[in-house]
Amino acid sequence: MSTEVLARLQFAFTISFHYLYPPLSIGLGLLLVAIEGLWLKTKNPLYHQMARFWTKVFALTFAVGVATGIVMEFEFGTNWATYSRYVGDVFGSALAAEGIFAFFLESGFLAVLLFGWDKVGPKLHFFATCMVALGAHFSAIWIVVANSWMQTPAGFHLVGEGLHARAEITDFWAMVFNPSSMTRLAHTVVGAWQAGAWLVVSIGAWYLLKKQHRDFARASMKIGLALSLTASVLTLVTGDRSAAGVARNQPAKFAALEGHWETGPHARVHVVGWVDAKTETTHGLALPGGMLSWLAYGDTAAPVTGLRDIPRDERPPVNFTFQLFHLMVGIGFAMIALALWASWALWRRTLENSRALLWLLVISVLGPQIANQAGWWAAEVGRQPWIVYKLLRTSQGLSAVVHANQIVASLVMFTLVYLLLFAAFIFLLNEKIQHGPDETDLSPTGKLALGFKPAKGGPA
Amino acid sequence: MNFGALDLNTVWFALVGVLFTGYVILDGFDLGTGVLHLFAARRDEERRVFLNAIGPVWDGNEVWLVTGGGALFAAFPAVYATVFSGFYLAFMALLCALIFRAVAIEFRSKHHSPRWRRFWDRSFAFGSLGSSLLIGIAMGNIAWGVPVDARGEFAGSFPGLLQPYALLMGVTTVALFAMHGAIYLVLKTEGELQAHVRTWINPLIIAFILCYVLLTLATLLYVPHVTEAFRREPWFFALVVLVVLAIANIPREVSRGREFFAFLSSCAAMAGLMAIFGVGTYPYLVYSHPLPEHSLTAFNAASSPKTLGVMLTIALIGLPVVLAYSVSIYWIFRGKVRLDKTSY
Ligand code: HDD
Ligand code: HEM
Ligand code: HEM
Repeated sequence: MSTEVLARLQFAFTISFHYLYPPLSIGLGLLLVAIEGLWLKTKNPLYHQMARFWTKVFALTFAVGVATGIVMEFEFGTNWATYSRYVGDVFGSALAAEGIFAFFLESGFLAVLLFGWDKVGPKLHFFATCMVALGAHFSAIWIVVANSWMQTPAGFHLVGEGLHARAEITDFWAMVFNPSSMTRLAHTVVGAWQAGAWLVVSIGAWYLLKKQHRDFARASMKIGLALSLTASVLTLVTGDRSAAGVARNQPAKFAALEGHWETGPHARVHVVGWVDAKTETTHGLALPGGMLSWLAYGDTAAPVTGLRDIPRDERPPVNFTFQLFHLMVGIGFAMIALALWASWALWRRTLENSRALLWLLVISVLGPQIANQAGWWAAEVGRQPWIVYKLLRTSQGLSAVVHANQIVASLVMFTLVYLLLFAAFIFLLNEKIQHGPDETDLSPTGKLALGFKPAKGGPA
Repeated sequence: MNFGALDLNTVWFALVGVLFTGYVILDGFDLGTGVLHLFAARRDEERRVFLNAIGPVWDGNEVWLVTGGGALFAAFPAVYATVFSGFYLAFMALLCALIFRAVAIEFRSKHHSPRWRRFWDRSFAFGSLGSSLLIGIAMGNIAWGVPVDARGEFAGSFPGLLQPYALLMGVTTVALFAMHGAIYLVLKTEGELQAHVRTWINPLIIAFILCYVLLTLATLLYVPHVTEAFRREPWFFALVVLVVLAIANIPREVSRGREFFAFLSSCAAMAGLMAIFGVGTYPYLVYSHPLPEHSLTAFNAASSPKTLGVMLTIALIGLPVVLAYSVSIYWIFRGKVRLDKTSY
C-alpha cells in the first residue's frame, strides 16, 4: 500500500478510536451538572448517589479519551508534515487555544470532581463539575473550528509558491467563524449529548430489566431521556442546517452525500439507495421530486449541482460517502422515534412493563456512537481529494520523510494497544455496571453532609 | 492586541520554552514516581499511595506537553513538522509509553485481581521510564543537532537518533526525574513508607550529578554551538552556579525535614537546567548537523507576525487564569496522601 493510503488509514483509525470517548465525556459532563444541580437544589440523597456513580463512569471514559487524545495532538506533525507547514499559521492557533482554554480547565477541575468530594464544600464541588463540563465543550469548540477551517477555509491569504506556499492568517475571527464552523459545532455538540444521554438511559434500562437499583435507574432514566429527547430533535435541526451549508460551500460533497449526478432543479432525495460511480447513476427509493432542492435552499425549483459537473479528479468516493451519510440520518430519525416512544411510556408509567422497549433502550447506546462515527467519516471522506478544501490535496499533505514501513509499524502498534485499551475499558465499565450504585452514597459524609439532612419522601 | 516593536519570535521561543519547562517540572515528578513505582513501593497499599500522590494532578501536568505541542505547531510550524515526521518512530514509541502510563494510573486499582494490578503496575513503571528516556533522547538530539536537508526536512534515520550523546541525555533525564519524583513522594507520604522513600534520595542525587557532569563535559568537548552562547555571554554561567546550588541544597533540606523546600529546590534546579538548554540553543530550534545553514531557527521557521501576535494575546489571557486555578488545585490537594473510597 502507498504511504498515502497508510497514513490516511492510520489517522482515520486513531481519530475514530479517540472519538468514541469525547462524546461520552461531553454528554455525561452535561448530565453531571444537571444531577449535581438537582442535588444541591432538592437535597435528595438519591441525586448524590447518582452523581457519585456517573462520576465514576465519567472518569473511565475520560481516562481513555485523554490517552488517545495525546496521539492526535502530534499526528498532524508525524503523518502530515507538509500539511502542517502549509496550515500551521492558521490551524496551529486553534489547537494551541484548545490546550490553554479547554484541556487545562477540564483536567484541573476533574481532580476536584473525582477526589474532592470530602475536601471541598458542595457548592465548590458543583462549580468544579461545571468547569469540567465547560472544558469538555471547549475542546469540541476549538477542534471543530480547526477542522471546519479545513472544510471551508476563510480569513487567510496564501504566501509563497509551490513547496513553500502556506496560508497565513489575515483575520483571526473570520478564521474562527468560517462559513461552516458554527453549524458544524452545534451539530457535533448535540451529537455528543446524545452519546452521553443514551449511555445513561441504556444502563438505567438494564437495571430496570434486571429489577435492580430501581429508584436509581428510574431517576437516571428520567434525566437521561430528557436530554436524549432534546438532543435528538436538535440533531435533526442542526443536521439540516449543516446539510444546507454543505450544499453551498462544498457542492461536490453534497452531491456525494445524496448520490446526485445531474445538475438541475427539482432534485430528489433517496431514503436508501446504491450509487454506481461507473455508470453515474443512483438506484433506490427516492422521495417525490424537489425535496433535495427544498432541503438545501428552501425552494423545490432551486438547482442543485450534480457530480457530472465536478471534474473527475475532484470527486470524493461517492457510494461510500452516500452510505455513511444515510446510515447517520437513518439512525438520527430512529433515535428521535425511540426517544419519543420511551418518554411517552415513562409518562404513562408503562415503561417498566415493556420488556421490548427496555431492551431497545439497552442497545440504544450504540446508536449515537455509530452515527457519530458515520457522520465524521462522511464529512471527511466527502471532503476528498482535498485535505484543505480547494487549496491542498491530501496526497500533497504527506510527510515527505516518513516511509510506508514506519507507518505500518505504528499502525500495528496502535491496533494492538487500542484493542487492549478497549477490552480493558469494556471490562471495567461492565464491572462498574454490575456493581451498581453504592448504597453508602445515600448518606453523604464529610463536608458534603453539612446542612444536608436526608430529605424525606421518596426518590425523584 | 498590538505589540509594537516587540521581537515576537524571541518571545515565542521563550514561551514555548516556558511551556516545556512547566511540563518537565510538573510531569517530571509524575514520571519519576512511575520510575520508582516497582522499586520503592512494594506492597499493594504502598503502590496505591504512590498513585494517589500524583492522582489529582498528573493529567493537568500532562496538558503542559499538549499545550507546548500546540504552541510549537502554531508558532513554529516548520519545526513541528520536521521534528515529528523526522523522529517518527521515536515519537510513536513515546506516545505508546504515555498511553500506558496514563491508562495504568486510572485502571490499576479499579479491579482487585493481583494479575490485573501487576500488569498495570508494570505498565505504569515502564511507561514512565520509557517516556522519561525518550524525552531525554529527543532533547539530546536537539542539543547535538540532527541532519537537515535543503528543504528543511529531517535527513537522518531512526538508529542515528540513538547516538551516545543523546542516550546520555536520556539517562540523565531518567535520573533527574527519579530524583524529583522521590522528593515529591517524601512530601506526600508519611511513616515507614516515607522513611523508605527517603533512602532513595541521596543515591538518586549522586546518580544524577554523575550523569550531569559527564553530560556537561561531553557538551563542552563536542557540542561547540551550545558552548558558544556561554562564551559570548559569560554571565550565563550564573545559571549553572544556580543549578549546582539548588541541587546541593536538596540533601540539606531533606535532612532537616523541610521537604517542601527540598522540592522547591529541585524545581528550581530543573528550571535552571531548561534555561541553560534554551540559552544554549537559541536561536536554533533544530540545529542542522553537519550543515548549520539548513538549521531551523526562531526566525526562519516561525509563523507570520500576525499569528504570533494573536497567539500572544491568547497566551496572555489564558496563562494567568490557568496558573491561578492550577495553584488552587494544588492547594486543595496539599498534605499527605490518605486513602479513602474515592482513591485509586
Ligand atoms: C448522534 C450522532 C448524530 C446523528 C444522530 C446525526 N448526526 Fe449528522 N453528524 C454527526 C453526528 C450525528 C457528527 C459526528 O457530529 C458530524 C460529523 C462532522 C460534523 O460536523 O458533525 C455529522 C455530520 C453531518 C453532516 C456533514 C457536515 C459536514 O460535512 O460539514 C451533515 C450534512 C449531517 N451530519 C446531517 C445530519 C442529519 C440531517 C441528521 C438527521 C437526523 C443527522 N446528521 C444525524
Ligand atoms: C484530530 C483532532 C483531535 C486532536 C488533536 C485532539 C487532541 C486531544 C488531546 C491532546 C486530548 C487530551 C487532553 C488532556 O490531556 O486532558 C484530547 C481529549 C479530548 N478531546 Fe480530543 N482531539 C481531537 C479530536 C476531538 C474531537 C473531534 C472532539 C470533540 C468533538 C474532541 C474532544 C475531546 C475531549 C472532550 C477530550 C477530553 C477527554 C475526554 O473527554 O475523553 N477531540 N483530545
Ligand atoms: C472526531 C472525529 C473524526 C473522525 C471519525 C475523522 C475521520 C477521518 C477519516 C475517516 C479520514 C480519512 C479520510 C480518507 O482518507 O478518505 C480523516 C482524515 C483526516 N482528518 Fe478527520 N476525522 C475526525 C475529526 C477530525 C478533526 C477534528 C480534524 C482536525 C482538526 C481532522 C483532520 C483530518 C486530517 C488532517 C485528515 C487527513 C487528510 C485526509 O485524509 O483528508 N479530523 N478523518
